[in-house]
Amino acid sequence: MPSDDDPALSQDDPEHARQVSWHALWRLKSYLSPYRRVLAVSWVAAALGIAAGTAVPLVGKQIIDGPVTHGDRGALLPLGLLALGLGVAEAVLIFVRRWSQASPVIGLETAIRDDLYRHLQRLPMSFHGEWQSGQLLSRATTDLSTIRRFLGFGALFLVMNIVQLVAVTIVLLRMYWPLGLLVAVSAVPIVIVSIRFEKRYIVISRQVQDQQGDLATFVEEAAVGIRTIKAFGRGGHLYDGFDVTARRIHRTSLAKVRLASRFFTFLEVVPNVTLALVVLVGALAVAGGSLTLGTLVAFTTLVLQLVWPVASLGYILAMGQEAMTAADRVTEVLDTVPEITGGTRVISAPRGHLRFEGVEFRHPGADRPVLRDVWLDVRPGETVAVVGATGSGKTTLTALVPRLLDVTGGRVTIDGHDVRDLTLPALRSVVATAFEEATLFSMSVRENVTLGRHDATDDEVREALEIAQAAFAYDLPWGLDTRIGEQGMSLSGGQRQRLALARAVLGRPRVLVLDDTLSALDVETEALVEEALRRILADATGLVVAHRASTVLLADRVALLREGTIAHVGRHHELLATVPEYRALLAQDADLDPEEAVL
Amino acid sequence: MSDTSGTWRGVAAEDNDHIPEAVSLLLRTRSRRLLGDLLRPHRAAIGLLTGVIVVSSSAGLALPYLVKTGIDDGIVPMADGQGPGTLLAIVAAIVGAALLQALTRQAFLQLSGRIGQDILLELRRRVFRHFQKLSLSFHEGYTSGRVIARLTSDVEAIDELLDSGFDGLVTAVLTLVGTAGMLLVLDVHLGLVALVPIPVLLLFTRWFRRESSAAYRRTRETVALVIVHFVESMTGMRAVQAFRREPRNQEIFERLNADYRDANTRGAHLVAVFMPGIKLIGNVTVGLVLLYGGWLALQGTVTVGVLAAFLLYLRQFYEPMQEISQFYNTLQSAGAALEKLSGVLEEAPGVPEPARPRQPDRVRGALRFDAVEFAYKEGLPVLARTNLDVPAGQTLAVVGPTGAGKTTLAKLISRFYDPIAGRVLLDGVDLRDLDEDTLRRHVVMVTQENFLFSGTVADNIRFGRPDAPEEAVEEAARAIGAHDFIAAMPDGYRTQVGKRGGRMSAGQRQLVAFARAFLADPAVLILDEATSSLDVPSERMVQRALRTILADRTALIIAHRLSTVEIADRVLVVESGRIVEDGPPDRLVADAGRFARLHRAWIDSVA
Repeated sequence: MPSDDDPALSQDDPEHARQVSWHALWRLKSYLSPYRRVLAVSWVAAALGIAAGTAVPLVGKQIIDGPVTHGDRGALLPLGLLALGLGVAEAVLIFVRRWSQASPVIGLETAIRDDLYRHLQRLPMSFHGEWQSGQLLSRATTDLSTIRRFLGFGALFLVMNIVQLVAVTIVLLRMYWPLGLLVAVSAVPIVIVSIRFEKRYIVISRQVQDQQGDLATFVEEAAVGIRTIKAFGRGGHLYDGFDVTARRIHRTSLAKVRLASRFFTFLEVVPNVTLALVVLVGALAVAGGSLTLGTLVAFTTLVLQLVWPVASLGYILAMGQEAMTAADRVTEVLDTVPEITGGTRVISAPRGHLRFEGVEFRHPGADRPVLRDVWLDVRPGETVAVVGATGSGKTTLTALVPRLLDVTGGRVTIDGHDVRDLTLPALRSVVATAFEEATLFSMSVRENVTLGRHDATDDEVREALEIAQAAFAYDLPWGLDTRIGEQGMSLSGGQRQRLALARAVLGRPRVLVLDDTLSALDVETEALVEEALRRILADATGLVVAHRASTVLLADRVALLREGTIAHVGRHHELLATVPEYRALLAQDADLDPEEAVL
Repeated sequence: MSDTSGTWRGVAAEDNDHIPEAVSLLLRTRSRRLLGDLLRPHRAAIGLLTGVIVVSSSAGLALPYLVKTGIDDGIVPMADGQGPGTLLAIVAAIVGAALLQALTRQAFLQLSGRIGQDILLELRRRVFRHFQKLSLSFHEGYTSGRVIARLTSDVEAIDELLDSGFDGLVTAVLTLVGTAGMLLVLDVHLGLVALVPIPVLLLFTRWFRRESSAAYRRTRETVALVIVHFVESMTGMRAVQAFRREPRNQEIFERLNADYRDANTRGAHLVAVFMPGIKLIGNVTVGLVLLYGGWLALQGTVTVGVLAAFLLYLRQFYEPMQEISQFYNTLQSAGAALEKLSGVLEEAPGVPEPARPRQPDRVRGALRFDAVEFAYKEGLPVLARTNLDVPAGQTLAVVGPTGAGKTTLAKLISRFYDPIAGRVLLDGVDLRDLDEDTLRRHVVMVTQENFLFSGTVADNIRFGRPDAPEEAVEEAARAIGAHDFIAAMPDGYRTQVGKRGGRMSAGQRQLVAFARAFLADPAVLILDEATSSLDVPSERMVQRALRTILADRTALIIAHRLSTVEIADRVLVVESGRIVEDGPPDRLVADAGRFARLHRAWIDSVA
């Protein structure tokens, strides 16, 4: 959902928008190349259909001027049948056009969407941290539909309408040039007004869209933050904000309605007045003998037939412009180069020797690094706890190992290989991570746990669930096949953390990274999990972010992180005894008054 | 927490596509009632609208007839040497009719647009307000995603109906009926020939309606799946990449996307049959009219003018059929949307506002549970009959294993739920007799979910007391130790927190939530696992602050970690929905009961 105040959305800021051009849209046309023949059929059918449609009134003219006026009975039947045949042909051709167009155009949309999704999965966390999923979604749905509509419908009619316009005008001019000229001239104001209208209409439609986006943001916050809102009884406050935006939409929509109503009215007035003029001038000409009655009738029919192609020109041009913007937004994502791509190496028998060598990490554009000059050697089978105050860079450190982020200086190695030299699947099968905020997907418990290894056996899953003290999953209504609700909301925080932990320990990875994974567990469960983890960590390399002494005890050594660099490394009791800062961070009773310590 | 027993596979009729006929009838009635309700205030305007549209359509219908008159009574006599007087009068009439049609049509569009937008605004307000009123238990089951969907895409579907669909339908129907009438008036025989295909047309349209409604539903279903999968993968990208889920995800996505493509193609093919089908019927009719009309004209029974008028009328006769079927799709999605919205509005708030709220002048914060029982689901009691008396000013800690009912106690006190039996009293007043504003001013709960709203840090702290001056905001932040990190942010208290506070760590968000609660200055403060994301120094800081802050108010502290319990005057141990121990902490430790065991385990864990 778009929101104005979020700088992460600056991609949509008009100032930052790239020059809108045909270029992006033109590039996407390659998606249509598999359908070249089908498309050729549909274009030919479209052209022939228009020709047939235009011919019908001309046959009508022949009927009136021939059989009717001159009493030529013999000619009536063939002419009538011709009109009938042309009518049937037109319908069939429209059918061919529509039917043959469906697959290429929908296929194009589907293929781009597949590619977009594939590309997004390759883009690193630094990208996903910046982009809201709503923004990406609108590219994968709304924008692609816009492109589809234009390429499937707009582009075709842009060409066909112009052809039809020119062809009919030529026919009219040849039938009786003064009237033809009159009709041609009457098209001019329609075209001009249409184009002007569409420009303004787009602006105002965008406004409505933006405001709807703002409203959606309100709704989203009101829905997601409902507990907080209710806890403080602030529903009224939020309603006021919602109401202001809703009324703004109301106002803009009314302006849009007014604009549209004026335009559509204009669109009907001009042809009707033209019709009146055609009748007037035509009548005079018929009376004067320079025009037949049949021609006049054909004229009036053809004039009406022109209204739509003329009026829709503006609409189609507007569509084209929107499609260009949409294509631009889509290619913007497709053109983002994944900064984190895999190397070529695979470790055949990983031992799990993890080293940070002079590692620095800096967010793009930030003047201060989050991590600097980090040196840490975690030997195979060893577990190191990372301790540090809030904001000292612990989570960033853990993200560097599976390359969710990449170092900006120094290197991280596993068994002597720079992690950047390894293929991503190889690296990420050696390293498993459990995050503090457990991400669960709305699929079965089993699928959630076997996320990275869907070939895991039942026994492996059982072992992982037991280690994580997540055997509760077997008691769910459908056992491991129970679908977890939206964002795993139907589980408690502790249950979600335990499932995420099970996912990480499944299949006993060589390197296990735990980012404060036990924070939501109660003391007893935590003790059980720690007990089980100790077994796993006995022969895996571990990097464990910890807030509590109990978690630190899982580790052989502790690294104290201060302002982005490792200040001390040592055993828990050593640090406790020698580093006051460490003691302050971990010892629960560090500076409590004696009477409090007694409790 | 007992929410694991919640609903697992979708909820209610909303996501169910195969509902029995009786139910669907009920749903339709409900939607219609809502629609009627929304339209009622605009009765007068709708009456006016009807008048305007009838005039507009009549003027439009008159045009071909005037052309006919022009040819027959204007041109033909002129060819016979008469003056152009009649012709000019008719041309003037054509121009007049065209202008009249234009003016009335513009009036119609504006008027109907205004009514539509008014209705939409009302609908938005109503639904939003209603969602806010509905209880947490509703929201927990319904999920935020659906709330958002209701208020965005569903309302927009109705917008589309009001915006274009309504206009299209009314104009189309009037044109259709009017044209048929005019054809018969002009010439009965020829008119009948022109109308012969109508039964075919109706059958054909009915076939399309039925098929396309199935196809349309399928499209919506499949696109919803695509969207859900897409959004989930994007929000969970970290786990996706860390666990090499990409190939499997791609597989799933491509399958869902292909389903969507097939549904879409099916819809497009239906339209590819329907639109030319209508065209075919129309063109065949034109051919027949030309043949038969030509023959009649030869006989001299109809004039050339009538023939011309027929051709003009037939043009506008079959076009609207396409609009009507377009309208049907709009109507369908709007109908589905209305069904869901009316369902939401029908939900009764689980914790209704009192009819005659009581207004206590001063709240001291004494809490009492009077034979309270609670269950989220019938037959699964979460809290057995409980009596509890908490004097004003007491700090009460609640401990016990996961799922014991600790949070339930908290939720009952803050009236997120009402007990199924018994009463919860604040200063002797049943919570059900207090209006929401009063209750919320005096009872505030801080949980481990710390939702930050978009806006500045200060806005977020001020959330519970919007009129608090800046100094008070800073003071609250200082009190719990959040001032330092806030001051270190780029714009200090004016820093935008970003989407849901994504730019702060979990611990920092929690501190802001604390500051928010303290600034709100309630008589009763509930802390539900509120310090779980804090590191030890911050937690200690918060506890020190709590000592001062809780001195003159009632507090309920729920914690896994007993460190938080240290400041309590009294401890409750809860197990399986019962209070099993109750007393001052030092006495419970001495008693060697459950609390003593927990306490020992905790002492060991922090050693």
